[in-house]
Amino acid sequence: MITFNLLVFFALLYVAFLFTVAFLAERRAARGRTAWLRSPLIYTLSLSIYCTAWTFYGAVGYAARSGLEYLTIYLGPSLVMFGWWGILRKLVRVGRAQRITSIADLISSRFGKSTGLGVLVTLIAIAAATPYIALQLQSIALSFAVFTGAEGEEGGFWATAFWSAVGLTLFTVLFGTRNLDVNERHHGVVMAIAVEAVVKLAALLAVGLFVVWGIGGGVQATLARIDASPIAHWDQSAGRWLGLTFLAGAAFLCLPRMFQVLVVENAEERHLATASWAFPLYVMLMSLFVVPIAVMGLERLPGTNPDLFVLTLPLAENREGIALLAFLGGFSSATSMVIVATIALATMVSNHIVVPIWLRSRSPGAQMSGDVRAVVLIARRLSIGGVLALGYVYFRFSGGGAALAAIGLISFVGAAQVLPALLGGLFWRGATRAGAATGLIVGASLWAWCLFLPSLGGVIPAGVMADGPFGLVWLRPEALFGIAGLDPLLHAILWSLLLNAGTFVTVSLCTFPTPMERLQGAQFVNVFQHSSAARALHAGAAQAEDLLIMAQRIVGAAEAQDFFQAAAVAQGKHGYLPDVTPDFIAALERELAGSVGAATAHAMMAQLTQGATVSVEDLIAVADEAAQIMEYSARLEAKSAEQERTARALREANDKLTRLGVQKDSFLSQISHELRTPMTSIRAFSEILREGGAEPDAVRRYAGIIEEETQRLTRLLDDLLDLSVLENGQGKLDMREGSLQRVIDRAVAAAGGRPGDPLVIQRREAAEAVPVFTDLDRLAQVFINLIANARKYCDAEQPVLQVRVRRRGSGAIEIDFADNGSGIAPEDQNLIFEKFSRAGDQSRAGGAGLGLAICREIMDRLGGSIAYLPGQGGAAFRVVLPARAARAA
Amino acid sequence: MAKRVLVIEDEPNITEAISFILSRDGWTVHTHADGASAADRVRRAPPDLVILDIMLPGRSGLDILRDLRASPETAAVPVMMLTARGQSRDRDLALSLGADRFMTKPFSNAEVLENVRTLVAG
Repeated sequence: MITFNLLVFFALLYVAFLFTVAFLAERRAARGRTAWLRSPLIYTLSLSIYCTAWTFYGAVGYAARSGLEYLTIYLGPSLVMFGWWGILRKLVRVGRAQRITSIADLISSRFGKSTGLGVLVTLIAIAAATPYIALQLQSIALSFAVFTGAEGEEGGFWATAFWSAVGLTLFTVLFGTRNLDVNERHHGVVMAIAVEAVVKLAALLAVGLFVVWGIGGGVQATLARIDASPIAHWDQSAGRWLGLTFLAGAAFLCLPRMFQVLVVENAEERHLATASWAFPLYVMLMSLFVVPIAVMGLERLPGTNPDLFVLTLPLAENREGIALLAFLGGFSSATSMVIVATIALATMVSNHIVVPIWLRSRSPGAQMSGDVRAVVLIARRLSIGGVLALGYVYFRFSGGGAALAAIGLISFVGAAQVLPALLGGLFWRGATRAGAATGLIVGASLWAWCLFLPSLGGVIPAGVMADGPFGLVWLRPEALFGIAGLDPLLHAILWSLLLNAGTFVTVSLCTFPTPMERLQGAQFVNVFQHSSAARALHAGAAQAEDLLIMAQRIVGAAEAQDFFQAAAVAQGKHGYLPDVTPDFIAALERELAGSVGAATAHAMMAQLTQGATVSVEDLIAVADEAAQIMEYSARLEAKSAEQERTARALREANDKLTRLGVQKDSFLSQISHELRTPMTSIRAFSEILREGGAEPDAVRRYAGIIEEETQRLTRLLDDLLDLSVLENGQGKLDMREGSLQRVIDRAVAAAGGRPGDPLVIQRREAAEAVPVFTDLDRLAQVFINLIANARKYCDAEQPVLQVRVRRRGSGAIEIDFADNGSGIAPEDQNLIFEKFSRAGDQSRAGGAGLGLAICREIMDRLGGSIAYLPGQGGAAFRVVLPARAARAA
Repeated sequence: MAKRVLVIEDEPNITEAISFILSRDGWTVHTHADGASAADRVRRAPPDLVILDIMLPGRSGLDILRDLRASPETAAVPVMMLTARGQSRDRDLALSLGADRFMTKPFSNAEVLENVRTLVAG
């Protein structure tokens, strides 16, 4: 007999195994090795979270109670997968093009990035998921109880459910909210779920094989037994078959957790093609032995709970090994569903409820002063706890008595309420926000009244169930409008979805979409024609640097900088600050939407771009053009965009030339000044010494000055020569292996200030311990220059220079030197690397303005780069060493 | 009483050289290194001669010259300009703004003495 403690031990061991799998997958992903993690096989297996504890335990119970009807639950999704070309492909394409994070985000984004719709869908999703999560907790608790023969003990039963909820919260928080992934992808979790998919399939197959060959005596005997059982003679209602198949298909598309794995975690569209046959195959295998197990259970264990036959049959035969495997399979089914569902719901709650409230609670003028990432992460973690707590409360409240399948179907109908808005949004440009909102409200209310509330025994008094509220007979929850005698489930599906879709269409036809809705509508419905073209906010007063600061706080510094740099390069510019064009704003908004959702990203951008909204011009651009005109204008647009890019590049080049011309003049006088100044002292003191008559002490001092000034001249000439050698590509590099930390040590020592110099250099030695293969002396020269510049120019009262080292995913090493002074004005940022240029107040400079020019040449020669890094508060420079310079540790 | 010369120059070595040459010749030499406050310094106690560098921190020597000429108590003080840039444009500009002499660095000590003597003796 397996004791309760032993069972807990096995469950914990299994969870630890999943932790390891998730952890290893995350680590691989962090190293950029995602090819294997992102295969069509893993994608298909992750879809198996559709098969929850309901399927694992409940399908057998369902078959025992209602015959073959359980197959409808698999039939619906299989049909959706077979027909993936129609709906799923479009859903995935839209999801990727618009960087959608959840089903609520999709609906909100489609209907004009509406915050209200996002909240509405989120609330419906939570209400619909709560019974479902309760169901998983119930199945875990039940399986524990059965196994240990403690079915009677109330306290232990609740405690098991409670601690399961706590454990699941911890796991989900750990792996679901590790970072605000750009695209909300969770490699670790997906990998763990794929493993769980294999475990539950293996478990169910093992029990099935055991039942057919172990007890049943082979295939023939089992078939004969099935023919003799009541299951073979069950009346099947065509209405229920149709209704349930449709419902399962709809739920497959609309359940938040399915949306998460189908769309959000989808790495490549073509994985759908594989999943379209592999997923139906998986569910077919899952359902293969359901009937034999149900028949055998009814025969051997009459009068016991048929939901638990998967466990009780092996136990009754004293096959504890198989029973344990079945237990782990059920445990897998329950945990994988809960984990993904809570991640999806938590994303929705934080993006559509918490962050908008947080944004709104701040004064409109205030810029992003807080760390948005921290707020979002905390919101997500709390939401995960909250969703699981709701599930547990529902479980206690509903008494945990109902059959598993019944609870699952209630959830399905709730989730399916999103279907009209979803399909309408994808295929019908005339759908409006008002239509979607009223449809959702009507559908959700009917669902609550006809199905959800009655399921909580006692919430609706028996009198109301029988005679309707306030004696209004036509409002009876299970016989609306006097149509009685229908199956309650079918009745609820019919009314809620019919009226939902009806109101959606009618209200959409009667209302006029706003410009923003039209824009989004065109992009969703015609996603295959133009996956990229998007117009939204206009530049307004937003400055590239402000946008960069905001983006860094949301998606993280490295991602934001890469994004801005790529945009600048695409525009033909250097550095990190692209021109703030409408295209750039739209792209940035989508990037941010990947972390905080479309509506919130739009609100944030609007805050920075000073509330600019869609203009009449944009509206005209997307108003109903004939296909021909669309194509023509698209071509024109592409051309004019090209021209604009060229013109911008030319303008920039011209600006630079003009400035360089001025710079060249000022260089000539600069170089003259730099040469003549030391020569003046040398000449004057030489004459004084030659004339004689000075005190011996003074003579020594004056000779010292002559020596010092001669050195200054030599340094200047060295710099000039150095630069010309580098510029002409002459001179050999002395490539050697060395420690980056040693190079920085050397630079700090060489650029040491005079005693009393206030500059504090902050380093993180641990990060610096990286071996590099490069010209160590040249690299040190670059660092010395940057440190010396900070010493000279940082104007903070307590100047601090931070040296930060980071290894990129590609293997390149970034070394940032950031001080806390007032930084460099944007118009000077592109110029400082030019020869003899000095930003701002020239007279503070000590050198001839060659330092950064030399640094740039050196980094070019070393195959890396150096650039000014805006948006860091002070002056900041980023030195990048190429991947081959970084030696793996 | 010894005549007073004010040297406005930010390079300490050059200031020291000029001070030595003029002190040896019997002048009283004051020095000042900052451009922004230079005109005020001259106004508070006008010397007999100002030696003024063009490239100064805070305010250019040419601007200081303009200030001196615009203010009645300093309009008549002789000014000798120094520059290391050596462009004729600077010389023309300085002279048109009212400089009395213009010297390009590097200069000989004899040249400095001769110019100072000429400007103050008059």
